[in-house]
Amino acid sequence: MDIFLQQLINGLVLGSVYALVALGYTMVYGILELINFAHGEITMMGAMVALAVIGALALAAPGLPGVLVLGAGLVVAIPVCVALGLLIERVAYRPLRHAPRLAPLITAIGVSIILQNVAMLIWGKQYIPFPAVLPQGRHALYGAAITDVQIAILLLAASIMLMLILVVQKTRLGRAMRATAQSRQVASLMGVDVNRVIAATFAIGSALAAVAGVMVSAYYGLAHYYMGFLLGLKAFSAAVLGGIGNLGGAMLGGLLLGLIESFGAGYIGDLTGGFLGSNYQDVFAFFVLIAVLVFRPSGLLGARGVERA
Amino acid sequence: MTVHKLAWVMVAAAMVAGCGDKPQQNGDGQVVKIGQASPLTGPQAHLGKDNENGARLALDEINAAGLTLGGKKVVLELESEDDAADPKTATTVAQKLVDEGVAGVIGHLNSGATIPASKIYSDNGIPQISPSATAVAYTASGFKTAFRVMTNDAQQGSVLGNFAVTKLGAKRIAIIDDRTAYGQGLADEVEKAVKAAGGEVVAREYTSDRSTDFMAILTSIKGKAPDLVFFGGMDPQAAPMIKQMKQLGIRAKFLGGDGVQTPTFIQLAGADAEGALASNPGLPLDSMPGGSAFKAKFEAKYGQIQNYAPYAYDAMHVLVDAMKRADSSDPATYLAELPKTDYRGVTGHIRFDAKGDLAGGAVTLYQVKDGKWQTLETVQSGK
Repeated sequence: MDIFLQQLINGLVLGSVYALVALGYTMVYGILELINFAHGEITMMGAMVALAVIGALALAAPGLPGVLVLGAGLVVAIPVCVALGLLIERVAYRPLRHAPRLAPLITAIGVSIILQNVAMLIWGKQYIPFPAVLPQGRHALYGAAITDVQIAILLLAASIMLMLILVVQKTRLGRAMRATAQSRQVASLMGVDVNRVIAATFAIGSALAAVAGVMVSAYYGLAHYYMGFLLGLKAFSAAVLGGIGNLGGAMLGGLLLGLIESFGAGYIGDLTGGFLGSNYQDVFAFFVLIAVLVFRPSGLLGARGVERA
Repeated sequence: MTVHKLAWVMVAAAMVAGCGDKPQQNGDGQVVKIGQASPLTGPQAHLGKDNENGARLALDEINAAGLTLGGKKVVLELESEDDAADPKTATTVAQKLVDEGVAGVIGHLNSGATIPASKIYSDNGIPQISPSATAVAYTASGFKTAFRVMTNDAQQGSVLGNFAVTKLGAKRIAIIDDRTAYGQGLADEVEKAVKAAGGEVVAREYTSDRSTDFMAILTSIKGKAPDLVFFGGMDPQAAPMIKQMKQLGIRAKFLGGDGVQTPTFIQLAGADAEGALASNPGLPLDSMPGGSAFKAKFEAKYGQIQNYAPYAYDAMHVLVDAMKRADSSDPATYLAELPKTDYRGVTGHIRFDAKGDLAGGAVTLYQVKDGKWQTLETVQSGK
């Protein structure tokens, strides 16, 4: 039972991070039908910028409480990532908005490679350790263990997602985003400034990515210029699993993927009597993805049939 | 007449420039290219660059001292290529080096990259010395061109497995590997040695060389209550792994191979690294015959040594030593001299056995104490 609970915690923490990154993919896709492959790299940039700030602060003022240092990292990383997201949209995607869909996909991959190399030039090829500024508290929970960092990730991710839902459902900007997602042309005829809405979408998605990047580096204790690639791939799969273009779908998909990976890796060996081991962990996760897509091609919460004209 | 002459000179110059694989002349003498292949991008770029720097240091020294082969002055040139630690890229890079006409290759870093590349070097008769590939399979293919100056996994694994059971007194042992040729090879050898020494392998789990999340497999391992967790893999995985062990409250000892015994591991794992154990083939840098001199030279030029730089340095010297004895940089000629190598380098006395493995390689065990790797003991592998 304690093992089960521990795997549940592991899966939920991992899943919340996937969900935050997946939201960035799904929001952009919902509005532009563009897969922003550079999104994983924005997450990485968030982690790197925050780490640079945190490292500098930890050296300059060693006495500061960890939460404050982490907060400072976030406060710098979020605007940097938002600016980066806006810049990428303006330079790499907007000029190609009416081009065939393959063209922005290629520029997206190009941007992601550029960002990786820029990060490599600035911060080098080494792994960057996360300074030990955070409280390292561990709490026993019915035989399982949960750390302060894990609790913080769960709470932060949940409140951010709640805020995002409120923004999209209750505000003027949210309404404009939903309208633009349904039809860009009609929305602009109704007086919605489509370019502004798209820019806002990129800004929000990049801010989420920055938070996720800081979470990941704080959780695993390191950052690296390459870290965005695998994280982006997993989060993208989560978005597809939940139904790309659907906010709730990205959250559900992220959490599910985290849980599947966790339970898959933890139990697959014992359940198959050692025939299959944890080396099949990713195979298992993608098997679930394929199975879902066979029965629901547009993902778990994706729109059935054609919604767009 | 003058115009006619000039035209001929130009044609001749174009022909010389066109034949890339022919020995070229430069101002100082005949240029001989030596290949170097390691991951220069990706998660292991810091280790790859370390190898490149080690090889370059040796090459610069040889050039500075002056090298004469077959009565001609020779200048060595390093052709460094990025194999991204990827087996597929490694074969492309190997072919590229062969096409560029290198006389020999120092590399690759990873066993997974070294093994497929070794066939290409063998097919083209290019001698290859790996400074760091430890998988048994590398020299088991029987290629006459494959050598290494590093103790192999069978030697290292048997020392590690024995050490875990007899010296550390671990009875229940969990083994994790990163599914690379190196990680899996080493883990398999450790498993054999643990069983032979009377220990029990209670869990065998797997991850990848790109992962940072091990919570799921560690939780599963926790349920089996091991005394010791062995990880076959590299430092970028080992550091988060030991942190997550502490987070989950696993009290088992942590043991790794040479991929873990690096300064980066301690830097990344911070306080959680304390007490971690790992082995490294060969002698510790301080006990190496030329260790402190090498360290001073290397650090003056390139900064901190990551891991395999002294081996890359020795590999380059062993290669050139064979060229000197054969008095030729022609691979077909000097290859015959390589098996007869008897070289005292920075890392120790280098001789090869019939397969091209380092004969009688030593393995040293280390433990992290006060944020530093401290030497525990050096064991001669029974060979």
